[in-house]
Amino acid sequence: MLSETILEMKDISKSFPGVKALDGVDFKLREGEIHALMGENGAGKSTLIKVITGVYEKDAGLITLHGKPIHFRSPQEAQNNGIGTVYQEIMLCPNLTVAENMFIGRSHTPIVNWKEMNEKAARLLDSLGIPASPIQELSTCSIAVQQMIAIARAVDMDCRILILDEPTSSLDEDEVQKLFELMRALKAQGVGIIFITHFLEQVYEISDRITVLRNGKLIGEYKTSSLPQIELISKMLGSELEDISTIRKHEPVASDAGIPVFEAVGLSSAAGVRPFDFTIHKGEVNGFAGLLGSGRSESVRAIFAADKVTGGEVRIHGKRVKIKTPLHAIKHGIGYLPEDRKGDGIIEDLSVRDNIILTLQVLKGLFKPFSLKEAEKFAEEYIKKLNIKTPTSNTPIRSLSGGNQQKVILARWLLTNLEYLILDEPTRGIDVGTKVEIQKLVIRLASGGMSLTFISSEIDEMLRTCSRLIVMKDREIVGELRGTDLTENDVMHMIAQGGKS
Amino acid sequence: MRKLMKNVSHLVLPISVMVLLIIINLVKGADYFTITMINGALYGNIPNILFGASELVILSIGMTLVTAASRGQDISIGESATISSAVFVWFVLRSGEATPVTIIVGFLLSCVVGLGLGAFNGILVSIFKVQPMVASLILFTGGRSIAFMIDGKLSPILANDISNRIGTVIPGIPIQTPVILTVVFIALFAVLLKTTTLRLYVETVGINPNAARLNGINPKKVIFLTFLIMGFCSAVAGFIAVNKAGRHDSVNLLKNIMMDAILAVAIGGNSLGGGTFSITGSIIGAYTIEMLNRTLLRLEIEPAMIKVFKAIFIVILMVVASPVVRDFIKKVLDRNRTRKEE
Amino acid sequence: MASEKAIKQKARLSNSNLLFLIASVIFVLMYLFAIISYPGSFLQFQTFFDLFNLNAPLIIMTFGLCIVMIGGGIDISIGSVCGLVTMACAVYLEKRSGSIAGAILLSMGIGILFGILHGYLIAYLEIQPFIITLSGLFLAQGLLTTLHKNPLNVTMPAFVNLRDFNIVITWLGTRNRLGVFIPCQIKPGTIIVAVLLVIFASLMKWSRFGRNVYAVGGNSHSAMMLGINVKRTKFITYVISGLTAGIAGFVYIMTTGAGNIGNAAGAEMKAIASAIMGGTLLNGGVGNLLGAPIGTLTLLVINELIRAAGVQSNFQAIVSGLLLYLFIILQSIIMSLRDRKRFTVALPPWLHLSGKGQA
Repeated sequence: MLSETILEMKDISKSFPGVKALDGVDFKLREGEIHALMGENGAGKSTLIKVITGVYEKDAGLITLHGKPIHFRSPQEAQNNGIGTVYQEIMLCPNLTVAENMFIGRSHTPIVNWKEMNEKAARLLDSLGIPASPIQELSTCSIAVQQMIAIARAVDMDCRILILDEPTSSLDEDEVQKLFELMRALKAQGVGIIFITHFLEQVYEISDRITVLRNGKLIGEYKTSSLPQIELISKMLGSELEDISTIRKHEPVASDAGIPVFEAVGLSSAAGVRPFDFTIHKGEVNGFAGLLGSGRSESVRAIFAADKVTGGEVRIHGKRVKIKTPLHAIKHGIGYLPEDRKGDGIIEDLSVRDNIILTLQVLKGLFKPFSLKEAEKFAEEYIKKLNIKTPTSNTPIRSLSGGNQQKVILARWLLTNLEYLILDEPTRGIDVGTKVEIQKLVIRLASGGMSLTFISSEIDEMLRTCSRLIVMKDREIVGELRGTDLTENDVMHMIAQGGKS
Repeated sequence: MRKLMKNVSHLVLPISVMVLLIIINLVKGADYFTITMINGALYGNIPNILFGASELVILSIGMTLVTAASRGQDISIGESATISSAVFVWFVLRSGEATPVTIIVGFLLSCVVGLGLGAFNGILVSIFKVQPMVASLILFTGGRSIAFMIDGKLSPILANDISNRIGTVIPGIPIQTPVILTVVFIALFAVLLKTTTLRLYVETVGINPNAARLNGINPKKVIFLTFLIMGFCSAVAGFIAVNKAGRHDSVNLLKNIMMDAILAVAIGGNSLGGGTFSITGSIIGAYTIEMLNRTLLRLEIEPAMIKVFKAIFIVILMVVASPVVRDFIKKVLDRNRTRKEE
Repeated sequence: MASEKAIKQKARLSNSNLLFLIASVIFVLMYLFAIISYPGSFLQFQTFFDLFNLNAPLIIMTFGLCIVMIGGGIDISIGSVCGLVTMACAVYLEKRSGSIAGAILLSMGIGILFGILHGYLIAYLEIQPFIITLSGLFLAQGLLTTLHKNPLNVTMPAFVNLRDFNIVITWLGTRNRLGVFIPCQIKPGTIIVAVLLVIFASLMKWSRFGRNVYAVGGNSHSAMMLGINVKRTKFITYVISGLTAGIAGFVYIMTTGAGNIGNAAGAEMKAIASAIMGGTLLNGGVGNLLGAPIGTLTLLVINELIRAAGVQSNFQAIVSGLLLYLFIILQSIIMSLRDRKRFTVALPPWLHLSGKGQA
């Protein structure tokens, strides 16, 4: 097989305020190969893609395309140079028709020939087996169909490099197979494909080579056939060996005895999680394990009523209560640190102080504001307690690093004196030191009698902190693991086999 | 000291504009700050600005809150003020002789009407999720006609002593009454912001409604509340305006004031896209607009050309404060800062 | 198998077409109601044509505004720019060197200049459109009063001829009480409206630029990722809006024959109301140019109806406000129902709106 290099990236670095997203990463794509780019959340995959396509500007490094150095300033430029991209979020216009979304921004004729465009689109849709009509408005298509349309658009562009950033997360089995057929056909034509996904089976089914990233660093490039699945997972998850010793797993206190702090039966939400049961006891740390999209976040959001709760019963200390809005949950002593720190967590332009006191202030009420002195006292106390690195308590939270922002949100919840705290990916995209600090804090809080749910993409973090793991797959609980001598292997097997272990 | 620095940083724009205007005025004539006493009341350039801007100041306070929470603007404030003041005039004229009681009851009645109009817009924006500007377009279209129907005739006249005193001066007090009322109103708001968590709630909702909800704040209620406050501000502004004029002209009362109010908010360093706000900035912005208007008059610019200068002035101001220019300045500053750290 | 599925799927109406359909239905119902209540006036063709004859400038302005709104912006300067153009034309035509062709160029030039100014500041410097077009409004008003303060009647013979020029449709008309046949008359402005309608509707439907405007208004970030030059697209929408305001100004003076400070004052708000009634959403990305005249006409018919009913003229504004209220609530409810997929309007295959031919 031909294996001429099309795209080569050398020593690529990219930083965002407070985070080094890419740190000296090399990457090589050859002609006619499907190259899987693997890594957990925050590993730097999407950043690498966006550096190639000109959405972000790299800080350092060199990119060559067919041996010539390139430097794209806009997605349009990349598109014109034969790089087609399908992004994780669907980058199409919902108010245009299917056919338009496939062809807009590509033609250079001033007139739109609807008939020809619709015919071309119909042919393309038909050949890919996409169940959509060219004249349909995109917003009336399902998300899966929209994703297929985005792929069809990229495929049709006659590109030499096709980048697929998690295109399969919303596709069903049949659709995935169709996509794979298509990828194989393109590969035969010599197109280089970069494929990102969270589904390991898919990687082994389709890819020739795998590049693994972790925490913005290159772990290595491997031939798919010579890298066993379990080894790939361990490379992706890694372990910060040097820090484990400092975290001591805490022994569950009176684990299953007595009345649980929180208990849910048949809970379901509008976000599409299947009805599930859940309990947590005083001083317990448990976790939801599963791959991205398995429903772990949706489950905890249902507990906090962050999404609309559509069914189920909730008891706190054995007493039935109504939790329909986040405010109800907060009033019952539940806290939730959201997965999307920027979209759901921080109030960007407000000061660290205001961000810390926010929820306590809401609980206290509209007519009882804290004086500046009181607020300052709280803020200073927690800045010291959690070791938040900020110039002053008056600094806007937006200028802090990711880890320190996360600590501010933690401080916000700790201040409200809660009984049960849900942490959804508190360690994502933050530096190693802070990750360890947060894990230690979880243990400390549990020893103090607080109940916690801890979710992380890095299984070893959960193993270190949780005494019970609830394993999820396809928006359903498939099993539960407990005990102090759990290993990563146990968890991975259960995830891979869907609870049959 | 730190707090002072923070407060000053976002006021740089309005204050520097004001200073610029003062310099221009002083160059024109050194007697700019001269204040004279006529019939026991103070007159002069500065008192005139304070007097003239009263309604605008009050309205821009409400506009600041609406903008911050809903990320949009209410364009019906002049109409709300006209309707609520029409109710005030109707009540005072209907009850025959104007006594302090009738004036106060009339004022309270107009406040209720103002709150109702605010609620009307607020429901559309918060529950029906209509953009603020579209929602308030309704009242903007029909408002003045409603006021005219309440009046029942063209420009009913408020010929009584109390109204006259509210609109101009109370004998024995050297400062014009609208100025005093404005100061009282500002003080009222300062107390409101001090004794409630309104600022925190409004800013949170304006910056990140999702996070607000997850922390127990109901964004709908907060947005609705800001529109209620806007309605109250309109009622007070209408009350002052109608007493100043001495008659209720439903066609021209506070016409197009929303343009100036939105401008005052923008000049005050507030983003029209919502979020953190500075009421002090908006107040200074409102006085700056009045000062600008009077400066242009004082420079003996043809009245016709005043609007042209105003437009040019706004454009320059907005270009200086535009995201592109601001980012550029930030980049330069950041570069200097890192150099210093190194 | 998949193609079967595709065929089975009914082509659901797009939001743009749905809102346009609602607007049209309401307009037709309103007009029918008017005919039934006041057959004396509304049954006459001339009444219908007069709606165009007298309101051509408003409709023309609404075209430009619709395009800006579809692109996700707003332009509130159009009324004042239109007013400025009328006065500029009047002053120019009263000069001895003035010519009608020159006046047309002048109107379009002024409009485009304003458009370029707005477009540059909004698209490239990313300043809020409301503030920029507000200062455009002030600028135009200021220049208008500076130019000439008193009403200025244009007396140039060629222009007066143009002003009084009517196109007579001999085969269409009504008989008056004496039985004399009065043919229908159309002003040139109406023709311009028709021509511009065809041009702009085609532009938005069949040109690359037009579709880019929809894309930018629908989701400007996605549009950028799809390879559209978002800034340039936005810029051009404002230039078009300025141009239509200029043309509207010329049509205005062609109808009234005089420059006046009050010309087209407040027209921007009427145009915004018309655009919304015609099914254009302020959020951008949704709208249909054919809806622009429908919206304007709906507004006008209501006013005519109220006038015919002998209600105070003041009541007109209240009723149009109320109507706007109903429209906005209706739009809001329909859109939210659609989001929840509880409401679908599917057209039979033989009835596809304008141009979207089945492949």
